[in-house]
Amino acid sequence: MKKLIVMLNIILFLVLANSVFSQTQNKKNVVQTKNSCLTCHKEDDNMPDDYNPNNVHASVGLNCVDCHGGDSTSDDEDIAMSKAKGFVGAPEKTEIPQFCGKCHSNINYMRKYNPRAETDQVSQYYTSVHGKQLKKGDENVAACTDCHTAHSIFKVNNPQSTVYALNVPGTCNKCHGDAKLISKYKLNPNIYEEYSNSVHGIALLKNKDTGAPACNDCHGNHGAMPPGVNSIANVCGLCHVNNLKYFEASKMGKAFKEEDYHGCEECHGNHGIKKPTDDFIGVSDKAVCINCHDEGEDGYIVAETIHGELKKLTSMYDSAKVKLSEVKKIGMDDVDISFILKDVHQSIIKARTKVHTFDTVQVAKVVNTGLKTAFKAIKKADDEISDYHTRTNGFGIATGIFLILIILIYLKLKTIEKKQ
Amino acid sequence: MGQTRRKFLNFLLSITGIGALGAILYPVFSYLVPPKIAEANVNSVKVGKVMHFPPDSSKILKFGREPVIVVRDKQGEFHALSAVCTHLQCIVQFRTDKESIWCACHNGLYDLKGRNISGPPPKPLKEFKVNIVNDELIISKMG
Amino acid sequence: MKGLWNKIEKWLDERYDIQPMKEYIKHKKVPMHRHSVWYYMGGITLFLFTVQVLTGILLLMYYKPGENSSYESVRFIITQVKFGWLIRNVHSWSANLMIFFAFLHMFSVFFSGAFKKPRELTWVSGFLILALALGFGFSGYLLPWDDLAFFATKVGTEIVASVPLIGHWLKEVLRGGEDVTGATLSRFFGIHTAILPLIATILIAIHLLFVQKQGMHEPEEFKNLPEEKKKYIPFFPNFALKDLLFWLLIFNIILFLALYFPWQLGPKADPLSSAPAGIKPEWYFMFMFQSLKLLPAHILFLEGEVVGILTFGLAGTIWMILPFLVPAKRESNKILKIIGVFVVAFIVVFTILGYIL
Repeated sequence: MKKLIVMLNIILFLVLANSVFSQTQNKKNVVQTKNSCLTCHKEDDNMPDDYNPNNVHASVGLNCVDCHGGDSTSDDEDIAMSKAKGFVGAPEKTEIPQFCGKCHSNINYMRKYNPRAETDQVSQYYTSVHGKQLKKGDENVAACTDCHTAHSIFKVNNPQSTVYALNVPGTCNKCHGDAKLISKYKLNPNIYEEYSNSVHGIALLKNKDTGAPACNDCHGNHGAMPPGVNSIANVCGLCHVNNLKYFEASKMGKAFKEEDYHGCEECHGNHGIKKPTDDFIGVSDKAVCINCHDEGEDGYIVAETIHGELKKLTSMYDSAKVKLSEVKKIGMDDVDISFILKDVHQSIIKARTKVHTFDTVQVAKVVNTGLKTAFKAIKKADDEISDYHTRTNGFGIATGIFLILIILIYLKLKTIEKKQ
Repeated sequence: MGQTRRKFLNFLLSITGIGALGAILYPVFSYLVPPKIAEANVNSVKVGKVMHFPPDSSKILKFGREPVIVVRDKQGEFHALSAVCTHLQCIVQFRTDKESIWCACHNGLYDLKGRNISGPPPKPLKEFKVNIVNDELIISKMG
Repeated sequence: MKGLWNKIEKWLDERYDIQPMKEYIKHKKVPMHRHSVWYYMGGITLFLFTVQVLTGILLLMYYKPGENSSYESVRFIITQVKFGWLIRNVHSWSANLMIFFAFLHMFSVFFSGAFKKPRELTWVSGFLILALALGFGFSGYLLPWDDLAFFATKVGTEIVASVPLIGHWLKEVLRGGEDVTGATLSRFFGIHTAILPLIATILIAIHLLFVQKQGMHEPEEFKNLPEEKKKYIPFFPNFALKDLLFWLLIFNIILFLALYFPWQLGPKADPLSSAPAGIKPEWYFMFMFQSLKLLPAHILFLEGEVVGILTFGLAGTIWMILPFLVPAKRESNKILKIIGVFVVAFIVVFTILGYIL
């Protein structure tokens, strides 16, 4: 009983000390309350390589023993790291998921820290390719710590985290870019390179657009797996909603399903996906349509027509832009024209999306609205330009008058001088 | 002869003098006539009568150089937001089925306060103030 | 027509005795020699000042100073108001030409030695007018409130802060606060449209009065001519008509520039955005700006910029009181000429450097 009271007192003291500390010195000092693990491991220069004192576990007040067991209040190594005190040390690779799952799969425990915490990571993990292989005893595959690190874990929205959106491709590439390792699984080791030059990779890695998909946005994270043939389109459709909607309703979409084609990937590719140009559709050698459609086929004609429609609109847009720059150059009002051109640009985006209906009528409808708007912009620009010419004419007239006046004054001067 | 020549010269001089004066005064007086839009004002824009905005509908309007989406929700309340998606600058639209603002380009979703609630948009849409004066909708910049 | 004119004259004469003025105008004459062309520079500057006043008043009809209205109203003037573009561009171009001709006028006066006794005060007042013109340029540049104007003003007022002792105070007074804000805009508007015009008008009146009182300066070589070889033309109508000729020509050039080289109105000033690349002051500040830039960071124990500003301040002051420092005798001419050439060369070289570096 006495012992219990003493214990309670110590705990109370620790809690109080903690709160005082955290108020005055920030959370990072929490660990500094009695922790013999750190004291000794630092002394022996035997700290984990990846140890970061600000990691998420430390920041909520957990310390070494909460994962590794043992007793951090004892200065005696034999007691602190004794089995009796529950010391487990570093887990084997195959044990890592359970090791983390002790807490992370237990909602009753996790609730304390985050009532909305998800606790299905471990079960998801075992459905992934990584998890399945690990279960088989393959120690080359990624377990929790390979992506999250062991001692530098941060929340996913913390830019320091290895799983922060911008860092995900690099994290995956640690293994997937290792040619020796990954060739054992007959996988392509150059995916990172392909991805970083893709439209998504450039958006994410170069433009730091965290909305752009990283590896996990298509493959999942804990349940990481290549999307199946039937789910590819759905994965892309998460962001490219209309493209998917139009495609699935199209004749082409149905045919793809029947033939078990790979949805979007069939034309657009996967990791190295590039921003499609308008030449992507059509019958030129840059077009993907001719991979399947031969000359004379319906599909061939549709491709050619749709390409023509897009070109009509974009070239009209370009000439409107040229007009706009003319207007700007001569210092006339460009606000309205720029505003209208935004509409035209929107029509171009719509038309390009409508391509996925593979219906010439639908594409032409959008293109025609765009063309009409573009005409409006061009007309406005022409008005401004003609207004400018009115000005130059006015200037010409004024100059003429001034010149005559100058000459006349000069003549007058001469006559006066003569008189004198 | 000199006399007539001088007189003629004086005559020409006064004619062109008046012409030159006209060439200067014409622009000046035209300048003084107030233009149709009486003043430069981009802090607020009149966008039309309330009755042109039935509940559960939206309109995209021009606010200076910026497109603005004016939404009237089911309850009849007005919301005005910048219509340019904060992700890749597409023009957003009001989705009556979702009761929210949606960007078709990459499935970005905003609520009617402009907050980005799902999809790639990195930040909220700028909000504008909506006032109704004499049954007319007036949109103005916040703050 | 002539009868009416005579009647008015008589009416006025009866009341105000305008005979002496008529006599004065009749007898005012201008010496003719190979450097006579420089006599027109002052007149052209005066004409351009008048253009500035008139177009400035017109711009005031629509311009609204304020962080949320300056840019918009200038935009409104150049896009919506009929001939608004013309008025604004004439105002900008005429301002630049005015400063250019003021410089020409000053240096022509300097090299012909016209500034010496007895015209010391004409020189001093002229120098002050030029300084005011530069002030006009600097304050007016901010008023459209586009990004270039904003950052140029930021840089310009920052330089002021390096003036020893009162620099910081001066900067804050100019800016109306720590930073360039809407408060600066209000101040500059007040300075540009009320304070400077008032002082400038008074100074110009004094300057002209001095000139009328003392007549045109005759250069040394003209003075030494025998009396019968000295050629004069009457101020009225001959010289006045020639003045008019030049004015019309310059005015037409301004119209041309206004139409074919309109002043741009950049994007609206955004205090939070980063400065656009290549911020340059107006050309007439370029030589000062460039030489300050080229100075080393530290000279002896002082900051380079402080040394630069002190030097410019000192040089300006000496330049202003020059007529009191040099004897009116002839011997000093050669040294003065060298100094003048040096000053002109300095200004030209550093202005060019400012644009090519």
